[in-house]
Amino acid sequence: MALLTVKNLKLGYEGKTVAEGLNFTVNSGDYLCIVGVNGSGKTTLMKTILHLNPPISGKIETGEGLKSSEIGYLPQQTEIQRDFPASVWEIVLSGNLGHGGLRPFYTKEEKAAAKRNIEKMGITDLTKRCYRELSGGQQQRVLLARALCATSKMLLLDEPVSGLDPTVTAEMYDLIYGLNKEGITVIMISHDIKAALKYATHILQIGKDNFFGTKEEYLKSGAAEQFNEKGEESV
Amino acid sequence: MSEILSQLAHYFEYPFVRYAMIVGVLIALCSSLLGVTLVLKRFSFIGDGLSHVAFGALAVASAVGLTNEMIIVLPVTVISAVLLLRTGKNTKIKGDAAIAMISVGALALGYLVMNVFSTSSNVSGDVCSTLFGSTSILTLSRAEVLLCAVLSAVVILIFILFYNKIFAVTFDESFARATGVKAGVYNLLIAVITAVIIVLAMKLVGSLLISALVIFPALSAMRLFKSFKPVVIFSAAISVFCAAAGILISILAGTPVGSTVVAADIAAFGICWTLGAVRGR
Repeated sequence: MALLTVKNLKLGYEGKTVAEGLNFTVNSGDYLCIVGVNGSGKTTLMKTILHLNPPISGKIETGEGLKSSEIGYLPQQTEIQRDFPASVWEIVLSGNLGHGGLRPFYTKEEKAAAKRNIEKMGITDLTKRCYRELSGGQQQRVLLARALCATSKMLLLDEPVSGLDPTVTAEMYDLIYGLNKEGITVIMISHDIKAALKYATHILQIGKDNFFGTKEEYLKSGAAEQFNEKGEESV
Repeated sequence: MSEILSQLAHYFEYPFVRYAMIVGVLIALCSSLLGVTLVLKRFSFIGDGLSHVAFGALAVASAVGLTNEMIIVLPVTVISAVLLLRTGKNTKIKGDAAIAMISVGALALGYLVMNVFSTSSNVSGDVCSTLFGSTSILTLSRAEVLLCAVLSAVVILIFILFYNKIFAVTFDESFARATGVKAGVYNLLIAVITAVIIVLAMKLVGSLLISALVIFPALSAMRLFKSFKPVVIFSAAISVFCAAAGILISILAGTPVGSTVVAADIAAFGICWTLGAVRGR
């Protein structure tokens, strides 16, 4: 049984279909990159996997005891967050809320987990700082630490490097790759096909022609070239 | 100074002055707690819209001749709050327009109903005191003070118990929802509490000035503090201080209570803004 199985999924919002005929599986330890041109439904797919958006038809099944609330999520930044008064500590800690039920306050273990994940992301010295004053790369590390509080199994990342400069982008990719090596399954949306091919074990391309397979199969299929042309144009 | 104090002591012998003080401070505390969340969620105008709804409901209630207006005003405002917060979620413009529409619609119809059906001889006086709360806070009965105290206590308790969830839902609703926090329930909770506070605050500042109680303390606190908890605590403190100061000044100077409290909030915002700007440099 795979960690995540998607069968014949058709997705969209407010009755409009964005993508259909999606079939793929994610096994424990995989690094899946979701690629596709703008508007092909990458973010919608991610939101559907997270139950933020109901699927139009088809099935999403989780296996190996993965509860849907045990998926860590790194969303794209919202406008609200840019001027939100919150410390790094407050934000990372809030990643624990999903498994707390109605309990009003955080437990010692949850605080320890937050501390551990902050350390892991190398931002211990920023713990008391205000989130909105951090650089883009630092903010992504904070959100990644928060996502790690929510899961030890699967991370969903929505364009984690958008808006970051090349050096910080490389650091971010290394960080994510390191987490994957530790055994965390990664599903990442990316515009950057080169990085996708460098790190991913599997590729899912959505758009006119859906493709799913390992990186090697993807390179052989020629689907990448089609994306490359379009991708290059849109840059 | 001692003259002012003895004058105040004299005034505080009257129960209605004490009642006004208690209710004013409680309302200020509750509204500022929720204010931080509403401002950050970009819902500053919801207070305004809801207060106009409450005004309309109040007009209908008094036209029908109900002695206890709360029976109509509170449920109508709560329902409107739930509806408004729901539309606000889908698209920004729709939510904006919905608030504006309900807000002026309720205001216009409320005034119309008051004018056509009112049995009072001084309609414009009634309207003025409902809009600006000029006298209602000084005419509170013991039962109303008790009701207000109980509702405030409930609001504060809920806020403390759900503080972490409210933070998570405000900062990043998608993430909270994705990790299994029932964001919809907490949004509903925020909507209901907001409505209750608005209805309570009508007594203090009247329905036109309620937004000030909700947004000014939060904005003042955000000038000075950068983490959520200090912002919430400072905003509550400054709101209570301004309400108390405003009520005292209005008693001494004979100014309208509601607008004096709001003026105090504006002054506090000015001070915080200046301090923030100086420190930021």
